[in-house]
Amino acid sequence: MTADYDIELRNVVKEFPTRGSEGALRAVDSISLQIMPGEFFALLGPSGCGKTTTLRMIAGFEEATSGDILLRGKPMQGVPPFHRPVNTVFQDYALFPHMTVLQNVMFGLEMENVSRTEAEKRAKAALELVRLTQFDRRPRQLSGGQQQRVALARALVKRPAVLLLDEPLGALDLKLRKAMQYELMTMQNDLNITFIYVTHDQEEALTMADRIAVMDKGKVLQVGSPEEIYETPATRFVADFIGETNFMEGRLVEKRGDIGMVALKGADCVVEAELGAANPQVGDNVTVAVRPEKITLLRLVDQDDHLHSVPAAEIMAAVERETNKTLVEGVVQFANYIGTDTRYIVRIGGSIDLVVRVQNFGERFDTLFHKGERVNVFWATDTARILVE
Amino acid sequence: MAISLDFSRSPGHNARERTQGRLLALPALLWLILFFLLPLVIVFVVSLMTRGRAGTVTLPLTLENYERVFTTYLPTFADSILIAVLTTLICLVVGYPLAFFISTRERKWVQQIALFLVILPFWTNFLVRTYAWKVILGPDGVISALAGGGVNLLNTNFAVLVGLVYGFLPFMVLPIYTSIERFDFRLVEAAHDLGANDWRAFWRVVFPLTLPGVAAGCILVFIPAIGAFVTPDLLGGTQGFMIGNLINQQFRGLGHWPRGAAASMVMMALVVLGLMFYAWMNRRRN
Ligand SMILES: Nc1ncnc2c1ncn2[C@@H]1O[C@H](COP(=O)(O)OP(=O)(O)OP(=O)(O)O)[C@@H](O)[C@H]1O
Ligand SMILES: [Mg+2]
Repeated sequence: MTADYDIELRNVVKEFPTRGSEGALRAVDSISLQIMPGEFFALLGPSGCGKTTTLRMIAGFEEATSGDILLRGKPMQGVPPFHRPVNTVFQDYALFPHMTVLQNVMFGLEMENVSRTEAEKRAKAALELVRLTQFDRRPRQLSGGQQQRVALARALVKRPAVLLLDEPLGALDLKLRKAMQYELMTMQNDLNITFIYVTHDQEEALTMADRIAVMDKGKVLQVGSPEEIYETPATRFVADFIGETNFMEGRLVEKRGDIGMVALKGADCVVEAELGAANPQVGDNVTVAVRPEKITLLRLVDQDDHLHSVPAAEIMAAVERETNKTLVEGVVQFANYIGTDTRYIVRIGGSIDLVVRVQNFGERFDTLFHKGERVNVFWATDTARILVE
Repeated sequence: MAISLDFSRSPGHNARERTQGRLLALPALLWLILFFLLPLVIVFVVSLMTRGRAGTVTLPLTLENYERVFTTYLPTFADSILIAVLTTLICLVVGYPLAFFISTRERKWVQQIALFLVILPFWTNFLVRTYAWKVILGPDGVISALAGGGVNLLNTNFAVLVGLVYGFLPFMVLPIYTSIERFDFRLVEAAHDLGANDWRAFWRVVFPLTLPGVAAGCILVFIPAIGAFVTPDLLGGTQGFMIGNLINQQFRGLGHWPRGAAASMVMMALVVLGLMFYAWMNRRRN
């Protein structure tokens, strides 16, 4: 028995019978996860990928078709939800409409047969924690954000080992969402409760979570810190789902250590990138992924107007000294000024369009290019990834 | 929530439109006056009069009829109330689980067939169905045969109760079905999540939130039960004598209209009390 994890999932499968045909729908397809005590863990994925189903199996509302769920080392098979040390904040809050705010929060304590006065005291403390004072209101007299707070207080007052949150901010407007994100993070940190947080919003997951599991079609594609997920996505899906990414199709023509050379399809152009864990063979079809902000655009030396503090020739000399790099020529197709950044579409190899984001440092650093201009396109090899699926 | 129909304050309703609105309500108003208010007043007046010769009514005005209702016939009222309350309770105890079962069937068509079966008896005349019970409960009936013969359940309060529960059960099932059907079962999951077992989740969450259906069902069963006439007449005989039978007896058997009218008024008061209880429960919930 390992109790190092607060929650452990071992090859958990959930199948729903499909009506009519004899096949079954695999909502969750052999998921294994280890969640540490005190961790803020996000389940991230598109709609229908099985996030809610996974959460419901942990809470005990659904029985896994196969596999084990362990809570602090104890198998949860056959344990009903009301005997599990986890609590849920439901997506639509599921507050009891016939009870006041205070009664809602006290409900869970009454179920533990806590005395009335004690329950009331603790419920009020929990409501204070979420900064809510309208104890005697009914849920339907509250705004969405306030209802959200009640749902949170109602779950937290139980002092669960693990709190499960299913898109808890999904119904709130953007501003409130941002504020609540921050509050939830602070609260999680202060209370030191393990959070499993379901969301389909990649930005929310990146902002809030210690670790993220990216899911698609019932499978976990990658588990890692926000940085790992963003910087070293394991699959094309992960790279695409989180942030913006340029994908270039091609064939692996050479391997040098953990670096691969890829000849881009339909273009006379070879680029460099790090080989991922999949480790493809020379000759395989692969995809190169590189984030728009990792690409640098450089003025051609012969185009330099010498008005800037660092001349183009000097920058080029520095870039040339880099050993592991991609440096190709391109043509600016579009330049789109968006305040902090300028977003360019640059064509390389005559047919491949890349999105490039350049931060606007101002005139001194010569970061502005115009449509139709020829430029050098540069990225360091360790910022690009070779993906096979 | 009370819906206020105060047209005077809504914009765009000038005096002319208001007059038009009143004109539109006129037929309904006339109907109510003619067929509800007027008979009620007549019955009330008759209940205060004296019995004349051969089924007529005469002056002087008197409270004697009411006095009789509250003395001689008090046991009949007490029995009727008891039977109506018992009918309502049995319908509730039988009907709630039935409605719960039906409304929680996953497939819609199963629900529809079950509901269809619940209201199927209405396709046959009530009188015919009550006669059927006479056959079932009688000395030559099915129950008697099963018990080896010689059992006569007819002409007992039990028979009346069986007949009334049978007759009015659908009135209990349908409103409860509707409120369970509308109930959001995710709230049960929330209750379970907070540590409630099935029993406590039911009593703390499901039942309170389906009370509107329960209240409606109770009122829909209690009102016809307290005024039942056919069922006690056919199944109860002299034993299961209810208010309905009393009124019938006074008007038709004895030709004592004032006393029948007084009994009617008292029964109506009981019904109004039931409705007030219902309204009070609704008000308390909001
Ligand atoms: N009770 C059920 N019966 C049958 N199929 C179900 C059931 N619950 C979920 N599914 C199916 O399982 C799959 C995963 O559903 P799930 O609710 O876990 O997705 P999700 O990732 O939470 O999506 P969303 O972001 O839209 O909430 C879906 O295809 C869904 O239709
Ligand atoms: Mg979901």
